[in-house]
Amino acid sequence: MVNARTIAETVTDPELPMLTLAELGVLRDVSEASGRVEVTITPTYTGCPALDAMRDDLRTRLTEAGYADVQVRTVLDPPWTTDWISEPGRRKLSAAGISPPGSAPRRTSGPIPLTLGPTRRIDCPRCGSSDTVELSRFGATACKSLRRCDACHEPFEHFKEI
Amino acid sequence: MAFDNALGAIAEDNDETRWAFGTGFHDPLAGIDTSVPDGIDRHALSAYCLMLGDDALIMSHRLQEWCTHAPELEEEVALANIALDLLGQARLLLSRAGTAEDAGRAEDDLAYFRNAPEFRNIVLAELPNGDFAHSTVRLLMFATWRLALLDRLTTSRDPVLAAIAAKSVKEVAYHRDHAALWTIRLGDGTDLSHARTQRALDALWPHTGELFTAHKIERDLAAMGVAVDPSDVREEFDTVLDEVLTKATLRRPAPAPPANSAGRDGKHSTPLSDLLAELQSVARAHPGATW
Repeated sequence: MVNARTIAETVTDPELPMLTLAELGVLRDVSEASGRVEVTITPTYTGCPALDAMRDDLRTRLTEAGYADVQVRTVLDPPWTTDWISEPGRRKLSAAGISPPGSAPRRTSGPIPLTLGPTRRIDCPRCGSSDTVELSRFGATACKSLRRCDACHEPFEHFKEI
Repeated sequence: MAFDNALGAIAEDNDETRWAFGTGFHDPLAGIDTSVPDGIDRHALSAYCLMLGDDALIMSHRLQEWCTHAPELEEEVALANIALDLLGQARLLLSRAGTAEDAGRAEDDLAYFRNAPEFRNIVLAELPNGDFAHSTVRLLMFATWRLALLDRLTTSRDPVLAAIAAKSVKEVAYHRDHAALWTIRLGDGTDLSHARTQRALDALWPHTGELFTAHKIERDLAAMGVAVDPSDVREEFDTVLDEVLTKATLRRPAPAPPANSAGRDGKHSTPLSDLLAELQSVARAHPGATW
């Protein structure tokens, strides 16, 4: 029988099917004890509608591989951060035309500052130009913002740093 | 489990959760230790989580009302995303209210089967949307206030509430920035957009009194390190609003006097009943239905 972790690591994200849950950093733990598999996942955003589908996909894949007793549990703490997206995951995002996130904002003491302007350079995943502008901080899903490249004039999505 | 079109997804086996609507969702706190730490009054904790959860649920619904009405497509998507974040926070907080109370009520019971006087949201969240300027200024005020509260709740003595807050802070920071950018764009825009945004600010400002008035439950739990006394976040709120309003060339109205608790005591305006009628009608017509 294939190791439960190996199987869980092949399950892909329902909304970003080019990425596995492991590459996305959502798969936190897989443990096996006396025939029982416990998989731990963490939501990207609190309202992420993909969480139920992830749970279902993990359970289905592991059941098909012969594991009869599969539990999928959720953890909230520590909260998911885009820093957990692996290097291969970032390359796959780029290849799919989604600009990968930079480093998540570091928390300093005191109130969380307003961020009203661009804080870092974001390159177009299509032509590589840094001449890009933000169209909306919220794209087709909560985790992405919508941008446009002023060099090749194509719109693209950027994975927001959280 | 990738799919190229909706038909392919429907045809997939063992896939019912992708198409779960209505009630009967998976408990968002499944697998999380929801025991209440020693020394914390479970009923007070439940009541407090209900306040924060109702704020998110009702604000989310108002934002959802912009779907198909927003001034541009990108903004429609943005408002729907913010509403979805708040709905996620509401689900976690209502579930926490249910587990702390330990009387068998889950998120759906609390969202769909309470009447307006049992809701504990602040009145600011339930006000009708008005025009886009009105909704934008309201979101700025709501998100600035909520972010300051959530940021302090990350050290709550209730580990579940602290974890929900830590997750929510990241989301609400984006909501606040988004509303701030729009407030500046409208305020520092045309004569018409400036006038409408100033009018919205003047109309909404009296509701800030309620934001910083502590309810007894908030005060008691804050003293135990579980909750935040909302009067503690006024300075941060004022600093952020000053920065945004200055950039937006808007005039800040005179400080609103503290309000006697209204929403936190279940005293609401008529529009909340109308909102709940829409939010709850299907669940009440078909109790327990899943489809």
